[in-house]
This record gives sequence, C-alpha cells and structure tokens, in this order.
Amino acid sequence: MTKPRRSAPLLPGEAGRDLPLLAVCAILVFLACLSVIGAAGAWRAASGWSDQLASEMTLQVLPGEEDDGDEAARQAGALASGLPGVLGTEVRSRSASMALLRPWLGNTSLPDDFPLPRLVTLQIDPENRPASGAVEALFADAPYRVIVDDNRLWAGAIARASATVRYFAIALVALVCGAAAAVIVFAARAALSMRRDVAEALHLVGAPDSFITALFQKRFFMLGLKAGAAGSVLALLAAGALNLAGGSAASLFFLPSLAPGWGVVIIVPVAALVSGLISALAARLTVTAGLKTRWP
Amino acid sequence: MDQPTNASSLTDESGSAPAVRFENVGMRYGRGPEVLSDISFDLPRGSFQFLTGPSGAGKTSLLRLIYLAERPSRGLVSLFGEDTTAMERGALPAFRRRIGVVFQDFRLLQHLSVFDNVALPLRVAGQNARQYGEDIVELLNWVGLGHRVDALPPTLSGGEQQRAAIARAVVSRPEILIADEPTGNVDPDMARRLLRLFVELNRLGTTVLIASHDIALIRSVNAPVLELADGKLNRRTRSA
Repeated sequence: MTKPRRSAPLLPGEAGRDLPLLAVCAILVFLACLSVIGAAGAWRAASGWSDQLASEMTLQVLPGEEDDGDEAARQAGALASGLPGVLGTEVRSRSASMALLRPWLGNTSLPDDFPLPRLVTLQIDPENRPASGAVEALFADAPYRVIVDDNRLWAGAIARASATVRYFAIALVALVCGAAAAVIVFAARAALSMRRDVAEALHLVGAPDSFITALFQKRFFMLGLKAGAAGSVLALLAAGALNLAGGSAASLFFLPSLAPGWGVVIIVPVAALVSGLISALAARLTVTAGLKTRWP
Repeated sequence: MDQPTNASSLTDESGSAPAVRFENVGMRYGRGPEVLSDISFDLPRGSFQFLTGPSGAGKTSLLRLIYLAERPSRGLVSLFGEDTTAMERGALPAFRRRIGVVFQDFRLLQHLSVFDNVALPLRVAGQNARQYGEDIVELLNWVGLGHRVDALPPTLSGGEQQRAAIARAVVSRPEILIADEPTGNVDPDMARRLLRLFVELNRLGTTVLIASHDIALIRSVNAPVLELADGKLNRRTRSA
C-alpha cells in the first residue's frame, strides 16, 4: 500500500518576490488605518464636546450702574434653577469673572464701577432641555439684562468640523484602497506573466478560467490578509505612541486624541479582511481579463 | 507492431459525427499570411492517423486548432459534432478535457514533480491524490519513469520529460490524443514502446493523431497519413 500523497501547490511559492509587494500593501493599510483612527479620535472628541455643550447654558448677567452685579447674578441663578430641565446652577462672582479675563488683561485691576458681566452656568438635562425662549422669558421683567447663550453656535461649528474630518478620512481611506487595488492589479499582471507556463498548462488540460483565477485570487487574498494585519497592528502601535508622545500638545491645541482605546482593536481583523478582499478582487478581475486577452 | 483498430477507415463506421472535422479551414496569425489554407478532413472516432510534412508546413498550427488553443480565421472546426469556431470560450474547457496533448516542447511545469505533472488533468477534473495516486504510479512504471516519480522536470533527461508528457496526455483516458513529435527524444526501443501505448489507447477507443517526421515510426503502423505542405493538405496516403 503506497503512502497517500499530498498534491503540491500549482502556483509555486514566491516568498522572496512577494515581500516588497507585502511591504507596499502593509504601508497603504497602515496609512488607511491611521486616518481611520484619527477620524475616530476626532469624532469621539467632537461628540464629547457636543455633549458637554448640550448639557450647559451660560447666562450673562449685565447689571445696571446702580445694581449689585453679584446679587443680580445670584437672583438670576435662583430664578433659572426653578425652570424644568435645569439641573443646577453655578454663579460666578465678580472675582471669578475677573479671573476669566486675566489671560487677556493680565493682572490689571478694573475700576470697581466697571459694568463687568457676571456669568451663571446652568447645568441642563440634555434629555429634557428647557423650551426654546423659556430662559429668556424668565428674565423679561428683571431689572437687569440677561443674555442667554445656549452654545448652539459652538455645537454647530463642532458638528461641522467633525463631519468634515469624517468625510476627509473616508476620502483618504477610499484613495488608499484605490492605490492598494492599483498596486495589486500591477502585481497580478506580473504574476500572470511570470506564471504563464502554469496558466497555459492548466488551460490546455481543460481548466476553466475560474480554476486558474482562483489560484491567483487565493494567493493575493492571503497576501492582502497578511499586509492588512501587519499594517493595522503598526497603525495601532503608532497611534498609541503618538498619543503618549503628543497627548498634552494635542489637548493644548484642541487636536483630537489618537488614543486607540480597546474598541479600536477591531480595526485589525477588519483591515486584514478588507485588504484581503480588495487584493483578491483586484487579482481576480486582472487575471480574468488577462486570460481572455491571451486565449480569446 | 500491433495495428490500430480503425486504421484503414476514414469514415465513421458508427455513423456518428467524427471526432474532428475541418471544413475549408484557413488560419493566419494576426495580419500575416495564411499558414493553413482550405484544410478539409475528418478524424473518425476511434481512428489512428499520422500527420506529416516538412518544417513550417503548418502541422503545429493544425494541431493547435484541434486542441482549441487557436481559432480558425475562416472555415469550420467541429469536435464530436459540435462547431467549436463559434462556441463561447466558457464552453471550450469541457472539450479540452476530452483531448490529451503531447507537446513537442513537453510543457511540464518545472516546479511540480513528475507525479504532480502527470496528475494535472485529473486535478483539474476535480479528483484528489487519494483517488488517482496508484493509477499514476502504475502509468509512470509503464512509461519507465517509476523511479522518477518525485523528480522535478529540470532533473530529467529529454526522453524522460517526453515520457512524462505522454503520461500526462493519456492519464485521463482522453477521447482524442494528439501528439506532436512524441518520440523525437527517445531511443528506438522506447519509441516503439510508446507507440504501442498509443495503439493500445486507440484499441480502447481513443482517436489518435500523431504528428511526426519519423518515417520508420510511421511505417511501423498501417495507418492513414495526412500530409501537409505549405499550409495545404496535399494528399492522404497510407503509412504501410
């Protein structure tokens, strides 16, 4: 009884030749993952800021010349705290308002009669925000003027900036995927050319195009899978390192944090799979077209 | 030498369509001159024939038309009664699997062992090594390559490569066997042995067409000879 044999792969191993291609694909996946992680960081930061803005309102209390500003602010805070949807108030005194101006004015003290607005921060229940105009109506008859800032302007700007970053990241990922597909197309053409003997021998013994294509498709799928895994792991490490090295600078300039977080680890299998599928599809289309051209 | 069963007949006794039929076939490569002109002939099923002619007469082009590596520029090529000239390319592999080809340059895959090269048609047909392993070893023993089962083609002599190519062509028991100079690289004893293999396959029903310059080989079998010259099929003669 002879020992059962294992069939050798029909496409010979190209480990040495595939290495540069693997490196190029891994770099492209690395760039794509880095842009995804960056966009995710920006989105996370933007939604944090938006949530914070949505849960706060600021009252600027402008006292008259004869009024005690701090007292007016206390009254405004007390009035506002009775409004449905207001969870709490924080009244800032004249000295607290001065502290806010210090970065611009330095330690210069203002005259005592300078009509410095007092700020009252209202903590809002985001699920039960006070009706539009309700806060303003509260102070319609007050002896002092109150300007209500519900942060809508900021929230809108942040939402727009966040959307822009997201679209930019999507465009970048699409471009990188296109570049990866183009690289694979060239590589698949070269592989088909180099392995013309295999394709021809299979063709002449009656292998359908799908059989020959599947060989190249499998090879490029595996290559894409490896490149995807390597590129995404490197991107995670780079994002982590960037976060460690530049975290404080990022917060200073309001840049999004690239801290990967555990959830973003999902990017490794997803990137590997997407990279594998793009490679396989590009190889399949290229080899199919090549076979049709060679043997019409 | 044993004689092929249907060597003396050019007509299909069964009344069914011939294995191969050429009707006024012309062929040119690109915009070049016609390498084959107005070729008409039949290979009845189960027949055994030789194809001969000087170098450049168009023998290889004619064989390429039969094993569907090329399409004619004009005329009709039909296999088993089916017109292949207008056939969609997706339908051609099924016909190719019914044809075994021995190439003049062997076309063995250099990275595969003799065993895997010979197994190629069966692998393409969806069989696995467990199913065909013993048959292939037996066939390789028969063609004198039993000791080179695991050898790679670059380590084989020309004759050994030729025998491996023949084994690959016959392993799936094709309905048509086409051989382009199949005994060009082997000694006379082995040539006779290989010819006996072809005759044996013909006895079992395979239609055989052998392109050869080897007059001694052609004369050793009483079979019709198609003679090509300058792209035209000039005459049909008997080999013995």
